[in-house]
Amino acid sequence: MIKFTGVTKEYLKTGAALKQVSFHIARGQFAFLTGHSGAGKTTALRLIYLAERPTAGEVRVSGFSTARAGPREIPRLRRRLGIVFQDFQLLEDRTAEENVAFALEVTGARHTTIRPRVMRVLTQVGLAGKANQYPRELSGGEQQRVAIARARVNDPVVLLADEPTGNLDERATRGIFQLLKDINASGTAVLMATHDLDLVRSMDAHLIELQQGEVVYDSAEDAAGRQPVAP
Amino acid sequence: MSLVLRETALAFRRAPLLSALSVTTIAFSLFVFGLFGLVAVNIQRAIGNVAERVEVVAYLKRGTPLQAVALAAADIEAFPEVESVQHVTEQEALARARRDLREFQDIFQDLETNPLPASLDVRLRPAFRDVQRAAAVAERLAALAIVDDVRYGREWVEKLDRLRNIAGAVGTVVGAAFALVAIIIIGTTIRMAVLHRSREIAIMRLVGATDGFIRRPFLLEGILKGLLGGVLAVGLSYGGYALIDAYLLRASFFTAAQATLGVAAGGFIGLVGSLVSVGRHLRST
Repeated sequence: MIKFTGVTKEYLKTGAALKQVSFHIARGQFAFLTGHSGAGKTTALRLIYLAERPTAGEVRVSGFSTARAGPREIPRLRRRLGIVFQDFQLLEDRTAEENVAFALEVTGARHTTIRPRVMRVLTQVGLAGKANQYPRELSGGEQQRVAIARARVNDPVVLLADEPTGNLDERATRGIFQLLKDINASGTAVLMATHDLDLVRSMDAHLIELQQGEVVYDSAEDAAGRQPVAP
Repeated sequence: MSLVLRETALAFRRAPLLSALSVTTIAFSLFVFGLFGLVAVNIQRAIGNVAERVEVVAYLKRGTPLQAVALAAADIEAFPEVESVQHVTEQEALARARRDLREFQDIFQDLETNPLPASLDVRLRPAFRDVQRAAAVAERLAALAIVDDVRYGREWVEKLDRLRNIAGAVGTVVGAAFALVAIIIIGTTIRMAVLHRSREIAIMRLVGATDGFIRRPFLLEGILKGLLGGVLAVGLSYGGYALIDAYLLRASFFTAAQATLGVAAGGFIGLVGSLVSVGRHLRST
Protein backbone atom coordinates (compact mmCIF):
# COMPACT_ATOMS: atom_id res chain seq x y z
CA MET A 1 0.00 0.00 0.00
CA ILE A 2 2.97 2.26 0.70
CA LYS A 3 5.94 1.12 -1.33
CA PHE A 4 9.31 2.82 -1.57
CA THR A 5 11.49 1.47 -4.38
CA GLY A 6 15.08 2.68 -4.49
CA VAL A 7 14.07 6.15 -3.32
CA THR A 8 16.74 8.83 -3.14
CA LYS A 9 15.99 12.41 -2.16
CA GLU A 10 18.67 15.02 -2.52
CA TYR A 11 18.48 18.67 -1.55
CA LEU A 12 20.57 21.29 -3.24
CA LYS A 13 21.96 22.69 -0.01
CA THR A 14 22.07 19.80 2.42
CA GLY A 15 22.72 16.87 0.10
CA ALA A 16 21.03 13.46 0.26
CA ALA A 17 18.28 13.06 2.87
CA LEU A 18 17.37 9.56 1.68
CA LYS A 19 19.60 7.09 -0.17
CA GLN A 20 18.21 4.12 -2.08
CA VAL A 21 15.42 3.53 0.41
CA SER A 22 13.08 0.61 -0.20
CA PHE A 23 10.35 -0.70 2.08
CA HIS A 24 6.77 -1.79 1.94
CA ILE A 25 3.96 -1.19 4.38
CA ALA A 26 0.92 -3.39 3.89
CA ARG A 27 -2.73 -2.43 4.20
CA GLY A 28 -3.91 -2.24 7.79
CA GLN A 29 -0.42 -2.48 9.24
CA PHE A 30 1.00 -0.52 12.17
CA ALA A 31 4.52 0.57 11.31
CA PHE A 32 7.19 2.59 13.08
CA LEU A 33 9.72 4.70 11.28
CA THR A 34 12.52 5.36 13.74
CA GLY A 35 15.91 6.95 13.73
CA HIS A 36 17.73 9.94 15.14
CA SER A 37 16.81 13.47 14.20
CA GLY A 38 17.93 14.10 10.64
CA ALA A 39 17.81 10.40 9.74
CA GLY A 40 15.23 11.15 7.04
CA LYS A 41 11.95 10.23 8.76
CA THR A 42 10.17 13.47 7.96
CA THR A 43 11.47 13.46 4.39
CA ALA A 44 10.09 9.95 3.92
CA LEU A 45 6.68 11.07 5.19
CA ARG A 46 6.72 14.17 2.98
CA LEU A 47 7.38 11.95 -0.01
CA ILE A 48 4.33 9.89 0.90
CA TYR A 49 1.95 12.85 0.93
CA LEU A 50 3.65 14.32 -2.13
CA ALA A 51 4.95 17.46 -0.49
CA GLU A 52 8.21 16.39 -2.12
CA ARG A 53 9.14 14.31 -5.14
CA PRO A 54 11.98 11.81 -5.04
CA THR A 55 15.18 12.61 -6.90
CA ALA A 56 15.34 8.96 -7.96
CA GLY A 57 13.20 5.90 -7.40
CA GLU A 58 9.45 5.69 -6.91
CA VAL A 59 6.99 6.01 -4.06
CA ARG A 60 3.60 4.36 -4.50
CA VAL A 61 0.76 5.18 -2.14
CA SER A 62 -2.66 3.60 -2.43
CA GLY A 63 -2.63 3.55 -6.23
CA PHE A 64 -0.84 6.88 -6.64
CA SER A 65 2.72 7.00 -7.90
CA THR A 66 5.24 9.79 -7.56
CA ALA A 67 6.34 8.96 -11.07
CA ARG A 68 2.92 9.70 -12.58
CA ALA A 69 0.81 11.83 -10.25
CA GLY A 70 0.31 15.38 -11.56
CA PRO A 71 -0.31 18.42 -9.36
CA ARG A 72 -4.06 17.95 -9.67
CA GLU A 73 -3.87 14.52 -8.12
CA ILE A 74 -2.11 15.68 -4.98
CA PRO A 75 -5.34 16.89 -3.27
CA ARG A 76 -7.04 13.61 -4.24
CA LEU A 77 -4.24 11.61 -2.65
CA ARG A 78 -4.24 13.71 0.51
CA ARG A 79 -7.95 13.16 1.03
CA ARG A 80 -7.16 9.46 1.33
CA LEU A 81 -4.48 10.13 3.94
CA GLY A 82 -4.66 11.45 7.46
CA ILE A 83 -1.66 13.45 8.57
CA VAL A 84 -0.70 14.31 12.15
CA PHE A 85 2.25 16.49 13.16
CA GLN A 86 4.32 17.08 16.25
CA ASP A 87 3.09 20.70 16.36
CA PHE A 88 -0.56 19.74 15.70
CA GLN A 89 -1.03 22.23 12.83
CA LEU A 90 -4.45 23.37 13.97
CA LEU A 91 -6.08 26.62 12.87
CA GLU A 92 -5.89 28.80 15.96
CA ASP A 93 -8.99 30.83 15.22
CA ARG A 94 -11.33 27.91 14.76
CA THR A 95 -12.87 25.70 17.39
CA ALA A 96 -12.03 22.00 17.67
CA GLU A 97 -15.21 21.18 15.79
CA GLU A 98 -14.47 23.73 13.04
CA ASN A 99 -10.92 22.43 12.67
CA VAL A 100 -12.20 18.93 12.07
CA ALA A 101 -15.09 20.07 9.87
CA PHE A 102 -12.64 22.00 7.73
CA ALA A 103 -11.08 18.79 6.42
CA LEU A 104 -14.51 17.69 5.22
CA GLU A 105 -15.50 21.06 3.81
CA VAL A 106 -12.49 21.23 1.50
CA THR A 107 -13.55 17.93 -0.04
CA GLY A 108 -16.94 19.40 -0.87
CA ALA A 109 -18.80 17.09 1.53
CA ARG A 110 -22.51 17.71 1.86
CA HIS A 111 -23.16 20.27 4.56
CA THR A 112 -25.77 18.18 6.36
CA THR A 113 -23.40 15.22 6.73
CA ILE A 114 -20.49 17.21 8.12
CA ARG A 115 -21.63 17.84 11.68
CA PRO A 116 -22.64 14.26 12.53
CA ARG A 117 -19.36 12.92 11.14
CA VAL A 118 -17.32 15.52 13.01
CA MET A 119 -19.09 14.81 16.29
CA ARG A 120 -18.58 11.09 15.79
CA VAL A 121 -14.79 11.36 15.43
CA LEU A 122 -14.54 13.92 18.24
CA THR A 123 -16.35 11.39 20.45
CA GLN A 124 -13.96 8.67 19.34
CA VAL A 125 -10.96 10.75 20.42
CA GLY A 126 -12.70 11.64 23.71
CA LEU A 127 -13.31 15.32 23.00
CA ALA A 128 -17.06 15.48 22.43
CA GLY A 129 -17.39 17.85 25.40
CA LYS A 130 -14.78 20.27 24.09
CA ALA A 131 -16.02 20.70 20.54
CA ASN A 132 -16.54 24.43 20.96
CA GLN A 133 -13.17 25.21 22.48
CA TYR A 134 -10.32 26.85 20.65
CA PRO A 135 -6.89 25.20 20.41
CA ARG A 136 -5.39 27.64 22.93
CA GLU A 137 -7.98 26.51 25.47
CA LEU A 138 -6.92 22.87 25.11
CA SER A 139 -3.93 20.99 26.52
CA GLY A 140 -1.22 19.64 24.18
CA GLY A 141 -2.65 16.16 24.36
CA GLU A 142 -6.14 17.44 23.60
CA GLN A 143 -4.89 19.48 20.66
CA GLN A 144 -3.25 16.37 19.25
CA ARG A 145 -6.53 14.54 19.67
CA VAL A 146 -8.24 17.22 17.60
CA ALA A 147 -5.54 16.79 14.96
CA ILE A 148 -6.09 13.03 14.98
CA ALA A 149 -9.84 13.53 14.71
CA ARG A 150 -9.22 15.78 11.71
CA ALA A 151 -6.92 13.19 10.16
CA ARG A 152 -9.53 10.50 10.71
CA VAL A 153 -12.70 12.21 9.62
CA ASN A 154 -12.17 11.43 5.94
CA ASP A 155 -11.80 7.69 6.67
CA PRO A 156 -8.23 7.54 5.40
CA VAL A 157 -6.57 4.35 4.25
CA VAL A 158 -3.45 5.30 6.15
CA LEU A 159 -2.70 7.69 8.96
CA LEU A 160 0.75 9.32 8.85
CA ALA A 161 2.03 10.63 12.17
CA ASP A 162 5.27 12.61 12.34
CA GLU A 163 6.51 12.54 15.96
CA PRO A 164 2.92 12.88 17.21
CA THR A 165 4.01 12.62 20.84
CA GLY A 166 7.14 14.74 20.53
CA ASN A 167 5.60 17.71 22.35
CA LEU A 168 3.63 15.75 24.95
CA ASP A 169 4.26 14.57 28.50
CA GLU A 170 4.31 10.89 29.31
CA ARG A 171 0.67 10.56 30.24
CA ALA A 172 -0.56 12.40 27.15
CA THR A 173 1.87 10.34 25.07
CA ARG A 174 0.35 7.09 26.31
CA GLY A 175 -3.14 8.40 25.55
CA ILE A 176 -2.26 9.42 22.01
CA PHE A 177 -0.41 6.19 21.37
CA GLN A 178 -3.40 4.18 22.56
CA LEU A 179 -5.62 6.22 20.27
CA LEU A 180 -3.38 5.43 17.28
CA LYS A 181 -3.50 1.74 18.17
CA ASP A 182 -7.31 1.89 18.40
CA ILE A 183 -7.46 3.52 14.99
CA ASN A 184 -5.22 0.80 13.60
CA ALA A 185 -7.41 -1.86 15.19
CA SER A 186 -10.35 -0.48 13.23
CA GLY A 187 -8.50 -1.23 9.98
CA THR A 188 -6.61 1.96 9.17
CA ALA A 189 -2.89 1.53 8.52
CA VAL A 190 -0.72 3.75 10.72
CA LEU A 191 2.80 4.89 9.91
CA MET A 192 4.33 6.64 12.88
CA ALA A 193 7.67 8.39 12.77
CA THR A 194 9.17 8.55 16.26
CA HIS A 195 12.42 8.39 18.12
CA ASP A 196 10.71 7.30 21.34
CA LEU A 197 12.16 3.81 21.71
CA ASP A 198 9.95 2.99 24.71
CA LEU A 199 6.92 3.28 22.47
CA VAL A 200 8.57 1.20 19.77
CA ARG A 201 9.50 -1.57 22.21
CA SER A 202 6.04 -1.61 23.77
CA MET A 203 4.46 -2.99 20.63
CA ASP A 204 5.20 -5.76 18.21
CA ALA A 205 4.82 -3.76 15.02
CA HIS A 206 6.54 -3.39 11.67
CA LEU A 207 9.75 -1.46 12.40
CA ILE A 208 11.87 0.42 9.91
CA GLU A 209 14.96 2.15 11.17
CA LEU A 210 16.69 4.91 9.24
CA GLN A 211 20.22 6.13 9.75
CA GLN A 212 21.60 9.01 7.75
CA GLY A 213 19.07 8.45 5.03
CA GLU A 214 19.49 4.70 4.70
CA VAL A 215 17.37 1.81 5.96
CA VAL A 216 19.51 -0.01 8.50
CA TYR A 217 16.82 -2.31 9.82
CA ASP A 218 13.47 -3.51 8.55
CA SER A 219 11.65 -6.04 10.64
CA ALA A 220 9.75 -7.25 7.58
CA GLU A 221 13.03 -8.60 6.20
CA ASP A 222 15.24 -10.69 8.43
CA ALA A 223 18.60 -9.54 9.69
CA ALA A 224 20.53 -11.28 6.90
CA GLY A 225 18.68 -9.15 4.38
CA ARG A 226 16.84 -11.98 2.63
CA GLN A 227 13.31 -11.64 1.24
CA PRO A 228 10.61 -10.67 3.74
CA VAL A 229 9.13 -13.55 5.62
CA ALA A 230 5.84 -11.83 6.38
CA PRO A 231 5.20 -8.49 4.61
CA MET B 1 -20.76 29.05 -2.78
CA SER B 2 -22.03 29.66 0.74
CA LEU B 3 -18.75 28.21 2.02
CA VAL B 4 -16.76 30.72 -0.04
CA LEU B 5 -18.88 33.56 1.36
CA ARG B 6 -18.45 32.27 4.89
CA GLU B 7 -14.68 31.90 4.51
CA THR B 8 -14.47 35.42 3.07
CA ALA B 9 -16.51 36.91 5.89
CA LEU B 10 -14.31 34.99 8.34
CA ALA B 11 -11.20 36.48 6.76
CA PHE B 12 -12.51 39.99 7.39
CA ARG B 13 -13.58 39.14 10.93
CA ARG B 14 -10.37 37.39 11.90
CA ALA B 15 -8.01 40.09 10.70
CA PRO B 16 -10.08 43.28 11.00
CA LEU B 17 -7.03 45.53 11.30
CA LEU B 18 -5.27 44.08 8.29
CA SER B 19 -8.51 44.19 6.29
CA ALA B 20 -9.12 47.80 7.22
CA LEU B 21 -5.52 48.60 6.35
CA SER B 22 -5.86 47.01 2.91
CA VAL B 23 -9.12 48.81 2.20
CA THR B 24 -7.60 52.12 3.30
CA THR B 25 -4.46 51.57 1.25
CA ILE B 26 -6.51 50.71 -1.80
CA ALA B 27 -8.73 53.73 -1.16
CA PHE B 28 -5.80 56.13 -0.91
CA SER B 29 -3.99 54.82 -3.96
CA LEU B 30 -7.20 55.07 -5.94
CA PHE B 31 -7.82 58.51 -4.40
CA VAL B 32 -4.48 59.81 -5.72
CA PHE B 33 -5.40 58.39 -9.10
CA GLY B 34 -8.85 59.94 -8.69
CA LEU B 35 -7.41 63.40 -7.98
CA PHE B 36 -5.35 63.12 -11.12
CA GLY B 37 -8.48 62.00 -12.93
CA LEU B 38 -10.31 65.09 -11.65
CA VAL B 39 -7.58 67.35 -13.00
CA ALA B 40 -7.69 65.53 -16.33
CA VAL B 41 -11.47 65.72 -16.51
CA ASN B 42 -11.45 69.45 -15.75
CA ILE B 43 -8.69 70.25 -18.23
CA GLN B 44 -10.56 68.28 -20.85
CA ARG B 45 -13.74 70.16 -20.09
CA ALA B 46 -11.94 73.50 -20.25
CA ILE B 47 -10.44 72.59 -23.61
CA GLY B 48 -13.86 71.45 -24.74
CA ASN B 49 -15.33 74.83 -23.80
CA VAL B 50 -12.64 76.64 -25.75
CA ALA B 51 -13.02 74.29 -28.68
CA GLU B 52 -16.69 75.19 -28.84
CA ARG B 53 -15.60 78.53 -30.19
CA VAL B 54 -13.93 76.96 -33.23
CA GLU B 55 -15.94 78.45 -36.06
CA VAL B 56 -15.48 78.90 -39.78
CA VAL B 57 -16.73 82.23 -41.04
CA ALA B 58 -17.48 82.66 -44.75
CA TYR B 59 -17.73 86.36 -45.74
CA LEU B 60 -20.20 86.85 -48.53
CA LYS B 61 -19.83 88.93 -51.64
CA ARG B 62 -21.71 92.19 -51.48
CA GLY B 63 -25.14 92.12 -52.98
CA THR B 64 -25.63 88.35 -52.81
CA PRO B 65 -29.38 87.75 -52.96
CA LEU B 66 -30.90 86.36 -49.79
CA GLN B 67 -32.30 83.40 -51.65
CA ALA B 68 -28.85 82.32 -52.79
CA VAL B 69 -27.59 82.68 -49.23
CA ALA B 70 -30.41 80.54 -47.90
CA LEU B 71 -29.71 77.83 -50.50
CA ALA B 72 -25.98 77.86 -49.72
CA ALA B 73 -26.68 77.73 -45.98
CA ALA B 74 -28.87 74.65 -46.47
CA ASP B 75 -26.11 72.98 -48.53
CA ILE B 76 -23.47 73.75 -45.90
CA GLU B 77 -25.65 72.46 -43.10
CA ALA B 78 -25.69 69.11 -44.87
CA PHE B 79 -21.87 68.81 -44.53
CA PRO B 80 -21.09 65.95 -42.11
CA GLU B 81 -18.73 68.19 -40.10
CA VAL B 82 -21.22 70.99 -39.63
CA GLU B 83 -23.35 71.44 -36.56
CA SER B 84 -25.12 74.69 -37.46
CA VAL B 85 -24.98 77.59 -39.89
CA GLN B 86 -25.96 81.11 -38.97
CA HIS B 87 -26.53 83.86 -41.49
CA VAL B 88 -25.24 87.21 -40.19
CA THR B 89 -26.44 90.15 -42.30
CA GLU B 90 -24.40 93.29 -42.77
CA GLN B 91 -26.55 95.19 -40.24
CA GLU B 92 -26.20 92.39 -37.72
CA ALA B 93 -22.44 92.36 -38.23
CA LEU B 94 -22.29 96.08 -37.51
CA ALA B 95 -24.49 95.76 -34.45
CA ARG B 96 -22.33 92.91 -33.18
CA ALA B 97 -19.15 94.92 -33.78
CA ARG B 98 -20.60 97.86 -31.89
CA ARG B 99 -21.53 95.63 -29.01
CA ASP B 100 -18.36 93.50 -28.86
CA LEU B 101 -15.69 96.00 -29.78
CA ARG B 102 -16.43 98.86 -27.40
CA GLU B 103 -13.02 100.42 -27.78
CA PHE B 104 -13.81 101.13 -31.42
CA GLN B 105 -17.30 102.32 -30.61
CA ASP B 106 -16.58 105.84 -31.85
CA ILE B 107 -15.43 104.69 -35.23
CA PHE B 108 -18.48 102.48 -35.75
CA GLN B 109 -20.72 105.27 -34.51
CA ASP B 110 -19.66 107.78 -37.16
CA LEU B 111 -19.85 105.50 -40.17
CA GLU B 112 -21.93 106.64 -43.09
CA THR B 113 -21.89 103.33 -44.91
CA ASN B 114 -21.53 99.90 -43.36
CA PRO B 115 -18.12 98.46 -44.28
CA LEU B 116 -18.78 95.06 -42.76
CA PRO B 117 -19.73 92.17 -45.05
CA ALA B 118 -22.51 89.70 -44.40
CA SER B 119 -21.33 86.23 -43.40
CA LEU B 120 -22.28 82.62 -42.79
CA ASP B 121 -20.97 81.56 -39.37
CA VAL B 122 -20.43 77.82 -39.47
CA ARG B 123 -20.17 75.88 -36.21
CA LEU B 124 -18.49 72.50 -36.40
CA ARG B 125 -19.55 69.37 -34.56
CA PRO B 126 -17.43 68.67 -31.43
CA ALA B 127 -15.46 65.83 -33.02
CA PHE B 128 -14.44 68.02 -35.98
CA ARG B 129 -13.05 71.01 -34.11
CA ASP B 130 -9.44 70.69 -35.20
CA VAL B 131 -7.13 72.25 -37.77
CA GLN B 132 -7.47 69.70 -40.55
CA ARG B 133 -11.25 69.55 -40.45
CA ALA B 134 -11.66 73.29 -40.10
CA ALA B 135 -9.29 73.83 -43.03
CA ALA B 136 -11.14 71.30 -45.16
CA VAL B 137 -14.48 72.97 -44.47
CA ALA B 138 -12.97 76.40 -45.12
CA GLU B 139 -11.65 75.20 -48.46
CA ARG B 140 -15.03 73.93 -49.55
CA LEU B 141 -16.71 77.16 -48.45
CA ALA B 142 -14.18 79.26 -50.37
CA ALA B 143 -15.11 77.40 -53.55
CA LEU B 144 -18.69 78.63 -53.33
CA ALA B 145 -19.57 81.40 -55.79
CA ILE B 146 -21.21 83.67 -53.20
CA VAL B 147 -18.23 83.52 -50.83
CA ASP B 148 -15.64 86.25 -50.89
CA ASP B 149 -13.28 85.15 -48.14
CA VAL B 150 -13.08 82.50 -45.40
CA ARG B 151 -11.55 82.78 -41.92
CA TYR B 152 -11.28 80.23 -39.18
CA GLY B 153 -8.55 81.54 -36.88
CA ARG B 154 -6.03 79.04 -38.14
CA GLU B 155 -3.21 79.86 -35.73
CA TRP B 156 -5.53 79.83 -32.78
CA VAL B 157 -6.99 76.46 -33.73
CA GLU B 158 -3.48 75.10 -34.25
CA LYS B 159 -2.53 76.18 -30.73
CA LEU B 160 -5.66 74.56 -29.40
CA ASP B 161 -4.72 71.35 -31.21
CA ARG B 162 -1.25 71.37 -29.71
CA LEU B 163 -2.65 71.97 -26.23
CA ARG B 164 -5.06 69.11 -26.71
CA ASN B 165 -2.27 66.77 -27.85
CA ILE B 166 -0.03 67.71 -24.93
CA ALA B 167 -2.86 67.30 -22.42
CA GLY B 168 -3.70 63.94 -23.95
CA ALA B 169 -0.10 62.67 -23.89
CA VAL B 170 0.66 63.93 -20.37
CA GLY B 171 -2.66 62.58 -19.18
CA THR B 172 -1.99 59.14 -20.61
CA VAL B 173 1.57 58.89 -19.28
CA VAL B 174 0.89 60.32 -15.82
CA GLY B 175 -2.38 58.42 -15.58
CA ALA B 176 -0.69 55.15 -16.50
CA ALA B 177 2.06 55.82 -13.94
CA PHE B 178 -0.49 56.54 -11.20
CA ALA B 179 -2.51 53.47 -12.15
CA LEU B 180 0.63 51.33 -12.08
CA VAL B 181 1.61 52.62 -8.64
CA ALA B 182 -1.93 51.95 -7.40
CA ILE B 183 -1.82 48.41 -8.78
CA ILE B 184 1.57 47.71 -7.18
CA ILE B 185 0.51 49.07 -3.79
CA ILE B 186 -2.77 47.19 -3.87
CA GLY B 187 -0.99 44.01 -5.00
CA THR B 188 1.44 44.33 -2.08
CA THR B 189 -1.40 44.81 0.39
CA ILE B 190 -3.14 41.72 -0.85
CA ARG B 191 0.15 39.81 -0.75
CA MET B 192 0.40 40.74 2.94
CA ALA B 193 -3.05 39.29 3.52
CA VAL B 194 -1.99 36.11 1.73
CA LEU B 195 1.24 35.80 3.75
CA HIS B 196 -0.74 36.46 6.93
CA ARG B 197 -2.67 33.31 6.13
CA SER B 198 0.15 31.20 4.68
CA ARG B 199 -0.04 28.77 7.60
CA GLU B 200 -3.73 28.34 7.02
CA ILE B 201 -3.13 27.79 3.32
CA ALA B 202 -0.51 25.13 4.12
CA ILE B 203 -2.97 23.33 6.41
CA MET B 204 -5.73 23.56 3.81
CA ARG B 205 -3.43 21.87 1.33
CA LEU B 206 -2.49 19.14 3.78
CA VAL B 207 -6.10 18.14 4.26
CA GLY B 208 -6.58 17.95 0.50
CA ALA B 209 -7.94 21.34 -0.56
CA THR B 210 -7.48 22.04 -4.26
CA ASP B 211 -5.77 25.26 -5.31
CA GLY B 212 -9.05 26.46 -6.79
CA PHE B 213 -10.79 25.95 -3.46
CA ILE B 214 -8.05 27.86 -1.63
CA ARG B 215 -8.04 30.66 -4.18
CA ARG B 216 -11.77 31.46 -4.27
CA PRO B 217 -12.21 33.18 -0.89
CA PHE B 218 -9.09 35.25 -1.58
CA LEU B 219 -10.42 36.40 -4.93
CA LEU B 220 -13.76 37.37 -3.46
CA GLU B 221 -11.92 39.13 -0.63
CA GLY B 222 -9.80 41.00 -3.16
CA ILE B 223 -12.83 42.09 -5.17
CA LEU B 224 -14.68 43.24 -2.05
CA LYS B 225 -11.69 45.16 -0.70
CA GLY B 226 -11.17 46.74 -4.11
CA LEU B 227 -14.83 47.78 -4.38
CA LEU B 228 -14.85 49.17 -0.84
CA GLY B 229 -11.60 51.01 -1.53
CA GLY B 230 -13.10 52.33 -4.76
CA VAL B 231 -16.20 53.66 -3.00
CA LEU B 232 -14.01 55.31 -0.35
CA ALA B 233 -11.75 56.80 -3.03
CA VAL B 234 -14.73 58.30 -4.85
CA GLY B 235 -15.89 59.76 -1.53
CA LEU B 236 -12.44 61.21 -0.81
CA SER B 237 -12.22 62.60 -4.34
CA TYR B 238 -15.60 64.23 -3.87
CA GLY B 239 -14.31 65.82 -0.66
CA GLY B 240 -11.24 67.08 -2.51
CA TYR B 241 -13.38 68.37 -5.34
CA ALA B 242 -15.77 70.16 -2.97
CA LEU B 243 -12.85 71.93 -1.25
CA ILE B 244 -11.28 72.99 -4.54
CA ASP B 245 -14.63 74.10 -5.91
CA ALA B 246 -15.44 76.12 -2.78
CA TYR B 247 -12.10 77.81 -2.17
CA LEU B 248 -9.92 77.64 -5.28
CA LEU B 249 -11.72 77.52 -8.59
CA ARG B 250 -14.91 76.36 -10.22
CA ALA B 251 -14.44 72.74 -11.08
CA SER B 252 -16.56 69.84 -12.12
CA PHE B 253 -16.76 66.32 -10.68
CA PHE B 254 -16.84 62.93 -12.36
CA THR B 255 -20.07 61.94 -14.05
CA ALA B 256 -21.97 59.08 -12.41
CA ALA B 257 -20.66 56.74 -15.11
CA GLN B 258 -17.05 57.78 -14.46
CA ALA B 259 -17.45 57.34 -10.69
CA THR B 260 -18.99 53.90 -11.22
CA LEU B 261 -16.13 53.02 -13.53
CA GLY B 262 -13.69 54.07 -10.78
CA VAL B 263 -15.34 51.78 -8.23
CA ALA B 264 -15.41 48.95 -10.75
CA ALA B 265 -11.73 49.55 -11.47
CA GLY B 266 -11.06 49.15 -7.73
CA GLY B 267 -12.81 45.80 -7.78
CA PHE B 268 -10.95 44.75 -10.89
CA ILE B 269 -7.55 45.71 -9.46
CA GLY B 270 -8.47 43.84 -6.27
CA LEU B 271 -9.32 40.76 -8.31
CA VAL B 272 -6.16 40.88 -10.41
CA GLY B 273 -4.01 41.65 -7.35
CA SER B 274 -5.38 38.63 -5.48
CA LEU B 275 -5.11 36.41 -8.53
CA VAL B 276 -1.43 37.28 -8.91
CA SER B 277 -0.58 37.17 -5.19
CA VAL B 278 -2.37 33.93 -4.39
CA GLY B 279 -1.21 32.32 -7.63
CA ARG B 280 2.39 33.20 -6.88
CA HIS B 281 2.07 31.98 -3.31
CA LEU B 282 0.49 28.69 -4.35
CA ARG B 283 3.15 28.08 -6.98
CA SER B 284 6.00 28.87 -4.60
CA THR B 285 4.94 26.55 -1.78
